Amino acid sequence: MNSIEVKNLTKSFGDFTLKDLSFNVPSGTIMGLVGENGAGKSTAIKLIMNTLKADNGEVSVLGVSNLSKEFTNLKQDIGVVLDEAYFPEVLNAKNINNIMKLIYKNWNEDSYFEYIKKFSLPLTKIFKDFSRGMKMKLSIAVALSYNPKLLILDEATSGLDPMVRDEILDVFNDFTRDENHSILLSSHIISDLEKICDYICFIHKGKLLLVEEKDLLLEKYAVIKLAKNQLETLPKDSIVRKIRTSFGYEVLVQKDKINAAFRVENTRLEDIILLMVKEGV
Amino acid sequence: MNIIISNANNEPIYEQIYRQIKSAIISSELKEGDLLPSIRNLAKDLRISVITTKRAYDELEKDGYICLAIGKGSFVAEKNTEILREAHLKEIEEHFRIILKIAPACKLTVDDIIEMFKIISEEE
Repeated sequence: MNSIEVKNLTKSFGDFTLKDLSFNVPSGTIMGLVGENGAGKSTAIKLIMNTLKADNGEVSVLGVSNLSKEFTNLKQDIGVVLDEAYFPEVLNAKNINNIMKLIYKNWNEDSYFEYIKKFSLPLTKIFKDFSRGMKMKLSIAVALSYNPKLLILDEATSGLDPMVRDEILDVFNDFTRDENHSILLSSHIISDLEKICDYICFIHKGKLLLVEEKDLLLEKYAVIKLAKNQLETLPKDSIVRKIRTSFGYEVLVQKDKINAAFRVENTRLEDIILLMVKEGV
Repeated sequence: MNIIISNANNEPIYEQIYRQIKSAIISSELKEGDLLPSIRNLAKDLRISVITTKRAYDELEKDGYICLAIGKGSFVAEKNTEILREAHLKEIEEHFRIILKIAPACKLTVDDIIEMFKIISEEE
């Protein structure tokens, strides 16, 4: 079963178009949305949550169309964290517990205070005085404490220091120990996504460039650096994309189509993604 | 049992898991009937993809090292002498193929090779 199904999703505003986006998030997995600033990641997430009306296409979340009436109730099962946390500025963590208790029927007070403790968040400090990292951690603590089946996170780890990011990724990792739990998260920090995602969906300038299992991507592709004369010895059908640099070529190749004699760089997800869109000189 | 996932070498992650569990079984560190960690927990503990871990387990099951009991988990399979024999036969076949590749260069016929093999086995 898929926890999110997106089919031919399209939305235009003026000079930007998110075009024909299609992907599935299988239940129990983590899908990472990658793309530059303005690629359309946040637009995609807003369209999925139906806070933005799509021009075309279909979305179903946990088996329910996001246009149906049931979707409103379903939101109790979806934890959403956006890149900015919005809580009333004068409230502290304790006040927020009292309010959420009334909003979410599955609100779990114990789990909320556990997360507060785990994230070393203060109980009585008001929200206005929180740092950015604390605000994000509070949002995540809230999103996890009403027992959602699906987490949707938009740039939730951006702007945080590496220690906090790692802590949060650990929490996400633990969340998906349950096979009914899934996560869709967007980020432009590719190394974060490489750490925890099962699948990667790459959007560039509003277009879907690839959806693939992360480890398969790393197994299938590699980056090779070559001089011009060496480039000709490379089988043509192995080349996915080549970029001219000042002193030679950087080539994204399919590993199984090249001779073992070529020196393959130790390739990270970031290298593959960057080389797919980088402009040469 | 230790499983170390390394990003430094080019060996795919599922192969690293496959190889390490397999050698734990062959060396009897894991014994017949031992319960293996669940796919999901192993993936989460190693911080690797669930799909990749499942692929390693599927390969182990296909090759007869483990068996899956639905709802109960994965267990180390009975050490099947048949399977070990199969693995050895495969290896012998592999060596034969190498011989057949090199033989034409020395203009050896199949009969020559059989003759050669007879002599060597008598010597042994």
